[in-house]
Amino acid sequence: MNTPLIHPHDLGPTPAAPLPELPDHSSRGRLERVLRRGEFAITAELNPPDSANPDDVYERVAHFDGWVDGINATDGSGANCHMSSVAICALLTRVGYSPILQISCRDYNRIAIQGNVLGAAALGVCNVLALTGDGVQGGDHPEAKPVFDFDSTSLLATMKKMRDERAFLSGRKITDPPRLFLGAAENPFAPPYDWRPLRLAKKIAAGAQYFQTQYCYDIPLLKTFMQKVRDMGLDKQAYILIGVGPLPSAKTAKWMRSNVAGVHIPDSVIKRLEGAENQKAEGIKLCIDLIQEIHEIAGVAGVHIMAYRQEESVGHIVSESGILKGRQPFRRAFATAADSEMPPSTVGMGQVLTPA
Amino acid sequence: MSRVPFAFEASTKSPRDGAKFALRFWSNAHSRGMEKTYAALEKFLRFAAPLFKAIGYERMEKPMVAIEKTIKGALFDCRMCGQCILSSTGMSCPMNCPKNLRNGPCGGVRANGNCEVYAEMPCVWVKAWEGSKAMDEGNKIMTVQPAIDHRLKGRSSWLAVSRGAHE
Repeated sequence: MNTPLIHPHDLGPTPAAPLPELPDHSSRGRLERVLRRGEFAITAELNPPDSANPDDVYERVAHFDGWVDGINATDGSGANCHMSSVAICALLTRVGYSPILQISCRDYNRIAIQGNVLGAAALGVCNVLALTGDGVQGGDHPEAKPVFDFDSTSLLATMKKMRDERAFLSGRKITDPPRLFLGAAENPFAPPYDWRPLRLAKKIAAGAQYFQTQYCYDIPLLKTFMQKVRDMGLDKQAYILIGVGPLPSAKTAKWMRSNVAGVHIPDSVIKRLEGAENQKAEGIKLCIDLIQEIHEIAGVAGVHIMAYRQEESVGHIVSESGILKGRQPFRRAFATAADSEMPPSTVGMGQVLTPA
Repeated sequence: MSRVPFAFEASTKSPRDGAKFALRFWSNAHSRGMEKTYAALEKFLRFAAPLFKAIGYERMEKPMVAIEKTIKGALFDCRMCGQCILSSTGMSCPMNCPKNLRNGPCGGVRANGNCEVYAEMPCVWVKAWEGSKAMDEGNKIMTVQPAIDHRLKGRSSWLAVSRGAHE
């Protein structure tokens, strides 16, 4: 029988409970375990609803069920208002998912951010992604006050201090520190290109343990970047997940590269889409091709799929690209099975569950 | 045209509009000379510390701020954050970044090297990287800078150096 199996370390006694302790892990979350085992990790970005209804979150995340190791809850991406990242993460941890809390420095000062980090950890969040944040000029409230009290690097250093030194930035003690897996962003496709690998090193020095990059549509540029990363040994110090995403049409691709900050799409990609009969299908095919190429690049630890308004295609993209190699990422049904059928003590002790 | 404000509100100097950045780019292009000049100034500031102390640092604050903001305002479009790190940023003042970034560029830098927020302005950090490469101690750009202390806004960095309060 060839049923895909989930690793026993990746299930807890109940959906919302942190996973059993593992030595040398900074968090009790699933994403860190998958990466440390050397699996090719998959994360996906959840497009947050403009609503106060939790079902809207669960409906959207259902497309990722069983296909991804981490789910990014964006934090006012593009400087537009949506449901908050902390709230989405809390909804996701309730049912056993492994969310990644995105924190943008644009909207809060250091008092708010550190409070949010503790609160999120208390709600079961194990992964964070420190971001500078898009400028307010591009969003639906260009008249807003841009805060930027921290930058992404000083935010990383602060969260590292909270976790490892059990103290706020002020030095005041934290009795129970947040057990976090610290992430940061990088954009190898924006100038100054020759500094981007060094900036990765700087963020690692500040505390970054994994990276998620901006959309990659330019493999040669990525290869140059990764060569430098490997030369500096940075791929051994942090896990690097490359951002990918299906482009719905050549028109959207053109719009994105001139209107979305930091997105670089070469002309060859636009031409390929323009030449296709079904541009949407070609966009998905292109995404799969890119993932397969990225998978072959040494030092890459996984992919981060940002399928904006095409969340339903994520399962297809993951399965067609063949990167799972028979591995089964977490499914909501596993948590339910663990909850109802298994005594908590047996789970996480070598028991392997199959889908109910 | 109304512009999105900078994260760091200028205490003494408003952000410039349009393409009028000539002098700050000249200073940045001559980062090595600036580095040497500053090294001499720093020596003097430390040497003069007993004198400043005798006069009283608080009494020195106002005149020193006037001198500092005139010189650094002209050369760097200095925003008087009060915790100068020009030596670690290739002589490109990071407070001219609309996102107030003190550790490097964001991911939004345009393909032509210009700012995400102000399309007409070259990215402060692209310039910082160029400036750093020409400097003797350009690798100081790799130092992880702490979050800014907003209490120091408008105060003299030079007096702080003299006091040994930072660096």
